Amino acid sequence: MLASQIGYYSLILGLIFSVLIIPISVKNFNNNKSIDTRIFSISFFQFFFVMVSFLGLIFSFVNSDFSNETVFNNSHTTKPLFYKISGTWGNHEGSLLLWLLVLTLFIFLFLIKSSKQPKKYRILTLFFQQIIIIGFFLFLLKTSNPFNHLFPIPKEGLGLNPILQDPALAIHPPILYLGYVGSSIIFSASLAAVTQNYISKAWAKHIKVWILVSWFFLTLGIMLGSIWAYYELGWGGFWFWDPVENVSLMPWLCLTALLHCIMVLEKRLSFTSWAVILSIVTFILSLSGTFLVRSGILNSVHTFANDPERGIFILIFLFVLIFISLIIFFVFHKENNQKNVKIYWLSKETSILVNNWFLMYFLSVVLIGTVYPIFLEVLSSEKISVGPPFYHKLIIPFLIPFLLFMSIGPNLNWIKSKIKKVRIEIIILFVISLLVSFFISRKIGSVNLTNIVLISAAFYLFFITAKDFFSKKLKNYPQKISHFGFSLLILSILLNSIFSSEVITNLKVGEKFSFKEESITFESIENTESKNYRSIIGHFKIEDKQKNSIQLKPELRIYDQPFTITSEADIKTTLYYDKFLVMNLVKGNEYFNVRYQFKPFMIWIWISTLLLIIGGIFSLFKRTYEK
Amino acid sequence: MKNKILLFTIVLFFIFCFVILFKGLNNSNIYVPKTISEKTLVNFNSKDLFSEIEISSDQIFVGNEFYILNIWSSWCSPCRDEHPKLMQLSKNSSVKLIGLNYKDNPKNAKKFIDILGNPYSMIIIDENGTISIELGAYGVPETFIINKDKKIIKKFIGPLSEESIKEINLILK
Repeated sequence: MLASQIGYYSLILGLIFSVLIIPISVKNFNNNKSIDTRIFSISFFQFFFVMVSFLGLIFSFVNSDFSNETVFNNSHTTKPLFYKISGTWGNHEGSLLLWLLVLTLFIFLFLIKSSKQPKKYRILTLFFQQIIIIGFFLFLLKTSNPFNHLFPIPKEGLGLNPILQDPALAIHPPILYLGYVGSSIIFSASLAAVTQNYISKAWAKHIKVWILVSWFFLTLGIMLGSIWAYYELGWGGFWFWDPVENVSLMPWLCLTALLHCIMVLEKRLSFTSWAVILSIVTFILSLSGTFLVRSGILNSVHTFANDPERGIFILIFLFVLIFISLIIFFVFHKENNQKNVKIYWLSKETSILVNNWFLMYFLSVVLIGTVYPIFLEVLSSEKISVGPPFYHKLIIPFLIPFLLFMSIGPNLNWIKSKIKKVRIEIIILFVISLLVSFFISRKIGSVNLTNIVLISAAFYLFFITAKDFFSKKLKNYPQKISHFGFSLLILSILLNSIFSSEVITNLKVGEKFSFKEESITFESIENTESKNYRSIIGHFKIEDKQKNSIQLKPELRIYDQPFTITSEADIKTTLYYDKFLVMNLVKGNEYFNVRYQFKPFMIWIWISTLLLIIGGIFSLFKRTYEK
Repeated sequence: MKNKILLFTIVLFFIFCFVILFKGLNNSNIYVPKTISEKTLVNFNSKDLFSEIEISSDQIFVGNEFYILNIWSSWCSPCRDEHPKLMQLSKNSSVKLIGLNYKDNPKNAKKFIDILGNPYSMIIIDENGTISIELGAYGVPETFIINKDKKIIKKFIGPLSEESIKEINLILK
């Protein structure tokens, strides 16, 4: 009760402070003095009050205060404490409050950390960021107030959707938001830099830290999301090309392109317009993601509330930002302020440019696949859904040249490389990778040309990056780690999808099912009670030809609040393969539907993504030490 | 000059996107499974809210051409907004309007009806929500149109809008 009240009023106080920043910063912008210290304190208070408001909401959730509508809709007294807390951001209102919290935190950090930058640039960045912050404040207070009051006070809440009660999911939204919101700083900073004509090597060096930070959180967030999908949804996959997944992948592709492009800007002061466009697009994509998910315009497992009013607000806000950035870009950006840098065809710049083209191509495939159904429905009222085959057909063939460029590019020099530098070992490695992949294809029996070439391209990148680790003059190791991780990622995804096998059958207790090299025995069943659910646990034995057996215990959880049945897969993970078993009820029958999957190299998908992320962290630390 | 044309084209493109997305918002995005139509109503037993007499579904769905079954609750704020529309529907005598009170406190439910009026010719209670699950409901409020053969011919998820009222009137004719 009290916590909600405090939360609500401190949210309003926060709004007052953020409006207050604008006149002060305008005044400070026009006079010749150095930056006004009041800006720091007001920006801190803005963050502080949003923080208090967020804590108020957490507190209401922990105390199960059902006079608060958000708590009532998403919580229940029998829920474990951990999920009561994570319920705070597991819903529309709370997650927006979290957005706002991170927004205000990041602008405060930006102000502190940018002391070496020109004053006018800092104030302008703050100004643009305040526009975004105020927009979110209004959105939150007007359409999705997390502190709505309910009367009469209900005795019990409606409960949090059980499939959202999972540790990976509980931390995945906040981390993803750190990435999204980080891109807002890049957006404001690049607009400010364009207006001040400050796109320079120094700017690139300074903004690259923010790019790395957002990239790190975005990658980690996407990874946690797909870990959740793999363990919790029980579909046996880790990426489904679901619109909401795509929405997080799009800013990631754009940010990755920006990460590469900013290096060229830092070293050679070229691609300036391109870097600015990418910075703007990354944030616009993050915001459109919010629009697509929150407005309920898409149909997806993730869809939250369907409220057109919210949709209209974000849509207008989104397009206002698009038009502001368009105008600023066209009015202020001057292409001719740089000495026309010539780009030689065989150089690092060219390869980064090519990398950007490919990333943009992947981005447009994902974008079209996600948005096209909406456009088609409005224009011709025809409903279609775009599935994995569309993405696979359009993306997989283009991964081959992409991988090859990734292996050659980083070893080229800036400005100009000579062809005779191409050494014999590079060709030998290429032949080896071709042979390895041909051998693998022979083993599966089906010789598919695209697969052979794709696997060999991935192996090629793998060998080249691995070789670099052993070379004496190892420079730029963060990049090597990340590229190595990427080749491993592609390899494990490929091998995983080629060698995976699946059996679906109906079994009852005591039955045995044999297939190819293994057999599944349904040994017994066990009923247990937990705090907020009952569960049925099946005991299965998987035995292979050599009589090695393992036990798998998949679980069915029956939640009362709200009434939902979830199936928890049991997964045995080893370095070489995952064995995945999930069961489901067959209605009115003693039989259970059992799905068993054999998934090789599954763990390597997570490990390689971690390597990508570790590369990012190292790169960040390397920069801080070099300063 | 070249720049202006470019800017103009981009702005035009974004305006186009805006219009499409804006229209897309107003489309109904709630996916209603097709199989649900023409599904026969399951048999269930329930209690009357006021008299607390046990009643079976066979006794409820008798003697009318059409029935409208509305799932509601006193704690559900969209139900409150929807209520005037139900009052308006209740004026149509060719239809029997049945309220299914979902997971509610009987006291609050009666108070709700006292204040806002009673559009229903009968209110039955669904204490633990099982009847609603059997009916295939997603949540409250939800409205089913049932014909004399006890087939569900139409279902509306969420509060009734002006358009759904028009659609209902069309079916009732």
